Amino acid sequence: MNIIVIAEHFKNSIEDITFEMLGKGKELAGATGGQLIAVLLGNDAKALADNLRAAARIVYCDSPHFAEFNPEAYGKALAAIVPGLSPGMILVANTSAGMDLAAGLSVDLGIPLVAYANAITAGSATSQLYGGKVNVESALAAGPVIIAVLPGSFAADAGKGGGAPAVEAVAAPDFSSLKTRFNKRMEPESGDVDITQQDVLVSVGRGIQNEENLAIVQALADKLGGALASSRPIVDNKWLPKTRQVGKSGLKVKPKVYLAVGISGAPEHWEGMKDAECIIAINVDPKAPIFGFAHYGTTADLFDVVPAITAAI
Amino acid sequence: MNIIVSIKQVPDLVEELEIAASGKELNREWLKYKINEFDDHALEEALCLKETLGATVTVIALDGEDIDKVLFTAAAKEADKLVKVTGVGDNPSSHEAAKALAGVISGMPCDLILTGVQAADDRDGQLGVLLAHYLGVPHVSVVTGVSVAGNTATVHKEYGGGVIAEFEVSLPAVLGIQAARQTPRYVPVARVRQAMRAATIDEVGGNTGGVSAGTSISRMFKPESGAGAQMLEGAPADIAAKIVGIIREKGIKV
Ligand SMILES: Cc1cc2nc3c(=O)[nH]c(=O)nc-3n(C[C@H](O)[C@H](O)[C@H](O)COP(=O)(O)OP(=O)(O)OC[C@H]3O[C@@H](n4cnc5c(N)ncnc54)[C@H](O)[C@@H]3O)c2cc1C
Ligand SMILES: Nc1ncnc2c1ncn2[C@@H]1O[C@H](COP(=O)(O)O)[C@@H](O)[C@H]1O
Repeated sequence: MNIIVIAEHFKNSIEDITFEMLGKGKELAGATGGQLIAVLLGNDAKALADNLRAAARIVYCDSPHFAEFNPEAYGKALAAIVPGLSPGMILVANTSAGMDLAAGLSVDLGIPLVAYANAITAGSATSQLYGGKVNVESALAAGPVIIAVLPGSFAADAGKGGGAPAVEAVAAPDFSSLKTRFNKRMEPESGDVDITQQDVLVSVGRGIQNEENLAIVQALADKLGGALASSRPIVDNKWLPKTRQVGKSGLKVKPKVYLAVGISGAPEHWEGMKDAECIIAINVDPKAPIFGFAHYGTTADLFDVVPAITAAI
Repeated sequence: MNIIVSIKQVPDLVEELEIAASGKELNREWLKYKINEFDDHALEEALCLKETLGATVTVIALDGEDIDKVLFTAAAKEADKLVKVTGVGDNPSSHEAAKALAGVISGMPCDLILTGVQAADDRDGQLGVLLAHYLGVPHVSVVTGVSVAGNTATVHKEYGGGVIAEFEVSLPAVLGIQAARQTPRYVPVARVRQAMRAATIDEVGGNTGGVSAGTSISRMFKPESGAGAQMLEGAPADIAAKIVGIIREKGIKV
């Protein structure tokens, strides 16, 4: 079975999820006697293609329309390129960009899609659903299937290095009638503290209930000489600036100690803090997904235990 | 301008989720449902656009658990029209829901369709993107900002690290909303009751046109909760002392 990996890259560098998919794809192609094929869309993509040598074959397509991600241009190109590769399984990153591609490709090519996958075999894919509370395994029917792969599911190292694959260029489709135009990219304003550089993070989630209560966790962060970070809803509520957000659409952090306070541990949060050395979770719900990957946990109420920690230092 | 917002009920994740005896679905009997939080944001963004530019906001949903109440809540927030799509069955896949909605929406005046970016139970992908492709219109997902001028929407799409890309999209288009420009508004129950008396829900028959998810669920299971975490027990002060001990062990000088 041919395994097609749609390479994701950002700011002229291949993203880790691409290597994760290449590593997994290599294993699946090997097990099923197929070929691992990487597809790369970019502007002057050939240089980037050199990073994808774990694949047996690299197909790249150059266009100025690919200089920055564009859902429509990328989708159109993939719908033109992928069918010619005799795909068995098409791996797309379950990322902001990949989300715009996988489902569209599913409709355009009439191929089923399994999203949020964190485990894949030749005949099944497991989706991490319900905020990380339930996994759902899908049986894959015969015929091609698209799998959207959650970042952090597989080892990236397995998809690095490699041999001397065949590299071929394909022409870009006609882009004269695009309805989606890229304007510009904007970086977040740098904040007062850099949460990626802290040894200790006290990270707060929706369990804190309201903005006033943030004082409780801020006091602990101060005592610990660390900084206050948060899950997404806290930032969406504008209680903390974007620069404090940990996760898929926030920052990736690796502190020595990550104290998760009133955070459920949704997959999108996990993506940003899974590499912390020591994760301590405070959450009243014993079934909260965070306890599945924290090192230490307590189901005590944060309003009891956080002030008690502050007092104990 | 005509804005359509699609909304859906999802199991409340704060509640315990139980897997049915079949092992292939959730036990729905005791499930508590709530509106998908991103749909609340999609509706909020639509209402903000209405306030700044003038628009008719139509809220559309497939029939399902407590859906009337959710639609009336939207009316209480000043949505103008409510549409319920019937006949699609319980728990349709994203492909089926998208196809049914596409059929209904293609017959409605529409410049902008706002969906929630995703829902916690969409095994076969995000409906917004599917819907756009069934309708043959452009889409952008993970959207955190929308403005409209003439026939063009300027939208902000969020990547990792809070990096944002700005796109211009010709309308009609589908946008998968991650966060509205402001916290979704709250309406008191009294206003919802009022809306129940004043507003009407248009019922329209839906058709999934033979599409399906294309794969079947073989098994549902819970990830081993607590597999990794060593649980700390005792009174808050004892737990606090243990946590301070762990932090010190990690070389943090406090
Ligand atoms: C495309 C996309 C990108 C996303 N990116 C991110 C991201 O970068 N970062 C991110 O965090 N999320 C992100 N999300 C959102 C994510 O899916 C979750 O919605 C979010 O992480 C939930 O935040 P939370 O854990 O604070 O809230 P909830 O899930 O509501 O959890 C609150 C927790 O607090 C606990 N609690 C309540 N009261 C108490 C108490 N008194 N004491 C102790 N515990 C208590 C509850 O048991 C619950 O588990 C993204 C979503 C999407 C769709
Ligand atoms: N049954 C449905 N009825 C109406 N809208 C839906 C339905 N299912 C999904 N949606 C919309 O699509 C968004 C993404 O949901 P999902 O495809 O389940 O991830 C939701 O936030 C809704 O806006």
